[in-house]
Amino acid sequence: MQNDSNVNVVQQRSADLFTPLERGLGGSEHIERESMTAWQHVRHRLVSNKLAMTGLVLMILIILMAIFAPVLSPYDHYSNDLPNANQPPSWSHWFGTDDLGRDMFVRTWKGAQVSLFVGIVAALIDLVIGVVYGGIMGYYGGKVDEVMNRIAEILYALPYLLVVILLLVVMEPSLTTIIVAMSITGWINMAWIVRGQIMQLKNQEYALASRALGAGNMRILFRHLIPNAIGPILVTLTLTVPNAIFTEAFLSFLGLGVQSPVASWGTMLNDGINAIQVYPWRELFPAFFLSLTMFAFNVFGDGLRDAFDPIMRKS
Amino acid sequence: MVRFILQKFAFMILSLFILVTATFVLMNAVPGSPLQREKATSPQIQKNLEAYYGLDKPLIQQYVVYLNNLLHFDLGISMKKRFYSVNKIIEDSFKYSLRLGIVSVITSVVGGCVLGIIAALYHRRFLDNLAMVLAVIGLAIPSMVMAPVLQYLFAVKVRWFEVAGLEGPLDYVLPTIALSSVSIAFIARLIRSTMIEVLHADFIRTAKAKGLAGHLVVWRHCMRNSMLPVVTYLGYLVAGVITGSVIIEAIFAIPGMGKLFVQSVIDRDYPLIMGITVFYAVLLMVCRFLADIAYALVDPRLRIHKSKVGN
Repeated sequence: MQNDSNVNVVQQRSADLFTPLERGLGGSEHIERESMTAWQHVRHRLVSNKLAMTGLVLMILIILMAIFAPVLSPYDHYSNDLPNANQPPSWSHWFGTDDLGRDMFVRTWKGAQVSLFVGIVAALIDLVIGVVYGGIMGYYGGKVDEVMNRIAEILYALPYLLVVILLLVVMEPSLTTIIVAMSITGWINMAWIVRGQIMQLKNQEYALASRALGAGNMRILFRHLIPNAIGPILVTLTLTVPNAIFTEAFLSFLGLGVQSPVASWGTMLNDGINAIQVYPWRELFPAFFLSLTMFAFNVFGDGLRDAFDPIMRKS
Repeated sequence: MVRFILQKFAFMILSLFILVTATFVLMNAVPGSPLQREKATSPQIQKNLEAYYGLDKPLIQQYVVYLNNLLHFDLGISMKKRFYSVNKIIEDSFKYSLRLGIVSVITSVVGGCVLGIIAALYHRRFLDNLAMVLAVIGLAIPSMVMAPVLQYLFAVKVRWFEVAGLEGPLDYVLPTIALSSVSIAFIARLIRSTMIEVLHADFIRTAKAKGLAGHLVVWRHCMRNSMLPVVTYLGYLVAGVITGSVIIEAIFAIPGMGKLFVQSVIDRDYPLIMGITVFYAVLLMVCRFLADIAYALVDPRLRIHKSKVGN
């Protein structure tokens, strides 16, 4: 009896406290903001990432300078000018001159050309081989995947720089050799990324729909699946570039890469290091711009990854 | 588990075999005899030299002899430093590289962990931002830039350290920093991201709820879980230290293996190049193999997954 009366009291009270809501849609259909496509989301996240944007601006500036600075400058990167050797930075030579009187400003940007060229070409080669190999691995699966994956695993276990240096012993040291050597094991990372993506995507409805409409394997793979894996591919591509730039500078520094008079940041660093006590600018300018370029690509790549992967962004 | 280890081991041996064979083929694909010099030698001396290095035999036989010697840890005889065995040369130089390598691996792990933990604990606060800015900069500055800049600042401008050499303990400071800055940055970022994830996990909340002191939560519960990715990274850390040592030893004039390797490539001293390549490769692959096993031992999920699917 006691309980019953309690319930009654509660019911009376609640009737006083609450007012019934009008029936209707209320705010449920109200559109707070415009809907965004996946790409708009990515762009939004990327643009709001200040560090990544800094990287992008730096990348563009470096690329522009590498293209135009050597053309617009009155000097070239190979002519000796011995009376003006080892000049400190001044109005006529912004970054000073090296031991042969060559203008460091032009040489620094010529070096940027070499680095960017190696980085971009190596990344593109990795892209082509990696996407095809990884796509086939992921799409066909089973025995094909097993065998191809084993091959990649064995190649991946080979120490990258040893392979590169070994090849350079046999082939003439040149830009082509460096790029070929880097591509031997460089594509594997990309292949694995693409493989993982394709494995996830290949059972999606649109792949099935495309198959039902009579599309062949290659068409499904390259027209439908790969374009949907573009995010991780782009991220890997961006992060390959600084690695390739590092490798080129590393080899040139050791005298195994690009040969003089072609300017490369690696060779310039190696030239400058003997003179660092007396003519520090010969070392510091290429050092600074090499680091800046790697910084820009790394930061932009990180930003791109965060933009494509909203889960990562939270942390 | 046993199957997983055996499989990894088999692949390691296979990779090693491929590398050794590739090295042999490449070294023999170079046009001209490696014994040819600028100074002409009489045909008889040339013949004797070829016989001494076993170059007069057919290629297949040379290959078999080479493999057989490798199995007995005999790397042959240097061509430039006459009558010195490659084993002896490697032995002499490796001690410098080993010491520097161990010091910088320890520095990388300790430095990276400390920086990463600080960043994670002060997530989105000043210390976190500072640590991450340092890490991003550290990642961007390659060793061939870091080393000369350190040298210039601390050995030329402020004379705290010697410019070159590796005699006293103080001489280790600059090469170690230059060698480990990139891996410190990498490990710091790795630790930070996993640690932040772990800090939000339920078992950490439980540990806090039962009244465990802050540092105990970090040490006993977070650390063990955040260390996982670092274990996998260790194999690559060794690779990075070897790569870096090539540069660092050249800059700081340390008579280690990295310097020797570059010199052998420039001299085209084929037995020495092959010897060092094989030595480095074994070192690297064994380290990666151990890292794989360590990872499987620490992470039970991987153990089950690996033994079932073999993927």
